Amino acid sequence: MSQGEANRFGFTINKSRLINYDKGDQRVRNYITEREPSFRLCFSCGSCTATCTAGSHTTINLRRINVLIRRGDLDPIRDEVTRCMLCGKCYLTCPRGVNTRNVLALAAEAMKMRERNEL
Amino acid sequence: MNFEPFVIPFNLGLYFILIYTVVRCIMWFQGLSRADKLRLQRGFFGRPFMQSIKEILSESLLHRRIFKVNPVLGYMHMSLAFGWFLLILFGTIEADYFGAHHLNPPSRAIFFRYFNPEHGAYGFAHIYGFWMDFLLAFILSGLLLAMSKRFRPRTMGMKKTTKHTIVDRIALTSLWLIFPSRLMAESLTCGANGSGSFLTGNLGALLASVMPAGEVAPLFWWLYSLSLGTFFVLLPVSRYFHIPVEMFLIFLRNSGIKSGDKASSFTEVELNACSSCGVCISTCQMSYAAGINNIQSAYLIKGLRTGKDVSDITMNCLMCGRCEEKCPVGIELGPLRMIQRREGKRINEEIPFLSQYSLKRNIVSTEKEPTHSYKYLAPGKEVKADVLFFAGCMTHLTPSIIVAMKKIFEEAGVNYHFMDADGGVCCGRPLMLAGRDREARELINHNSEIIWKSGAKMLVTSCPICYKVFRESYYLDVEVLHHTQFIDMLIDEGALRPGFMHEKVVYHDPCELGRGSGVYDEPRNIIGYVADLQQTVEDRSEALCCGGSIGNLSLSSEKRSLIAKDAISVLTKNNPSAVITACPLCKKTFSNASETKVMDIAELVVKALPSKTPKKVFIRQKKSAAETVKN
Repeated sequence: MSQGEANRFGFTINKSRLINYDKGDQRVRNYITEREPSFRLCFSCGSCTATCTAGSHTTINLRRINVLIRRGDLDPIRDEVTRCMLCGKCYLTCPRGVNTRNVLALAAEAMKMRERNEL
Repeated sequence: MNFEPFVIPFNLGLYFILIYTVVRCIMWFQGLSRADKLRLQRGFFGRPFMQSIKEILSESLLHRRIFKVNPVLGYMHMSLAFGWFLLILFGTIEADYFGAHHLNPPSRAIFFRYFNPEHGAYGFAHIYGFWMDFLLAFILSGLLLAMSKRFRPRTMGMKKTTKHTIVDRIALTSLWLIFPSRLMAESLTCGANGSGSFLTGNLGALLASVMPAGEVAPLFWWLYSLSLGTFFVLLPVSRYFHIPVEMFLIFLRNSGIKSGDKASSFTEVELNACSSCGVCISTCQMSYAAGINNIQSAYLIKGLRTGKDVSDITMNCLMCGRCEEKCPVGIELGPLRMIQRREGKRINEEIPFLSQYSLKRNIVSTEKEPTHSYKYLAPGKEVKADVLFFAGCMTHLTPSIIVAMKKIFEEAGVNYHFMDADGGVCCGRPLMLAGRDREARELINHNSEIIWKSGAKMLVTSCPICYKVFRESYYLDVEVLHHTQFIDMLIDEGALRPGFMHEKVVYHDPCELGRGSGVYDEPRNIIGYVADLQQTVEDRSEALCCGGSIGNLSLSSEKRSLIAKDAISVLTKNNPSAVITACPLCKKTFSNASETKVMDIAELVVKALPSKTPKKVFIRQKKSAAETVKN
């Protein structure tokens, strides 16, 4: 399939890649689940991302953040977690009752601590 | 002058606590800011002084505010505080008038019966003795209630009472021992000497018939003195330090000193003025509806005083303000908690027991490290309009409110601009509630710029959370109105003419609008105009929180729904056809928990608007809130 053909419907095919779960940094994930156990309930539906206030001004994708934190792939979301406004819309739309607001607040905290090697 | 060794514990305790309290108050005074010192000085020589005296009488002695919470609870506190005060006062007079000398040391008055065992057998002294016995009986009746409250708080209208620390329990025990031991000591001495009035005399005669009263009596005099001494010595590190500190706090507060947004000498006074009475626990919905019993203000304050780690307690609160409304000491519980939320991470070391007596505490105030940044925000579009409408994040989740508001604007012919139609920026209140003021400032500046540029005269918001922050933390040149105030104004001016619907509805006060901003009448005016407003038990400043509050970051959704269900069951007790609220978050939270329809006030008004096709509508004369209540 050519590139043009793939773009016709607005999405492209991702390049193949390798995720090594052994190399993931689980510290942020552990920090969050310890304090906000509901983080485990997320099934990545993306309602939070769709409703996000900050999301209409910048790239912030809570669904992606959640997946990457669980995967332990933290570098791509270092800036993204600081953009949340804590407004709480995502929490109200979450069908699983994940306390998303707290997840993001804790993620931002944990990422700062990780930079300073305090985690 | 016959000196008895048993008065030593009492004397030591008394002089210790007197000197300690005075020194501590002086230290606190010195710690106040210059402006606050001036305020206090000015207050001391003016009208606030008389107000303070009055408040000390009505609150520290008579406990008027606790009477309002529950009469039995009020009586209990009054009998102990006022009764003890009278006992000391009349005891001193008794010792001065009947004793061998004038101007006796306090121990002569407190242990008067011991030094004058045969006093009061006849005449005026006997009548006076009756009065003293009556006072003792008055206190003992309160003590009985206090004991029963410990075991069955519900009898005093308390859903829950405070769980105390060991020091508090020892202090409590010594306080409880004071009066029974006095009763026993006096009775035995009276019994041995054939004196005393209705209580001590009769009990004494009874005791003397079964035991050698004269020989047992010293034992109880020792117990009496020891329990007094223990109580006084433990006072500064126990909850009973509120007795002297509350009076100091009343002077400070009446002079116009407020807690501000940083830990200070004044907040230190407030912490020490807390009596751990448990009214904040009893009134907390997180306690009685969701079963969380360790985060209430009494525990926060206790933790702060003993240097415990309170970071979890601090954040786990709905910030609904119900406890502050009920606090009998009048401590600013909300601001105190917010100060803690703003504090950065610090090393929490439990203060050792003896160090809790230390006079000088270094009040450190650190700032949270910023974790968020909003540099990505592009400056907002510039649109000129007379009236700005800011829906806010929460209203965007309840589109029916936006539709209703648009309809109201059109119906009234208002030239408005929907400021955040395609997703605006958060107002900043959620960040502030999380203790992140500095980051909130970025959002506030962004929104302020849009509002300033628009040249609007009026800013209408349909969210109480936004309303509060627009009013308190923004520097704006516009009139900020909540949509209830705006609609009320439109109806008043005749720009909006909704009809009257024969429907019984109940109104729920959102925390941020009612207790938070003091808007109670406007929504009631509107509802009174379009429908029949039912009364609820917990109304106005006592209104319940829906449980959805953004003030709490960590509360789980299960607990939130427990609170919502409890609140909705109170609201729908009289089977209204709809629950009306004025906050999109309350609406959202209640909708999930309620079988009754939940509507925003704007939707109700739109429903009452006469339709274009001619139809019979009843237009009712506008009533004031007071009249509605009467009906």
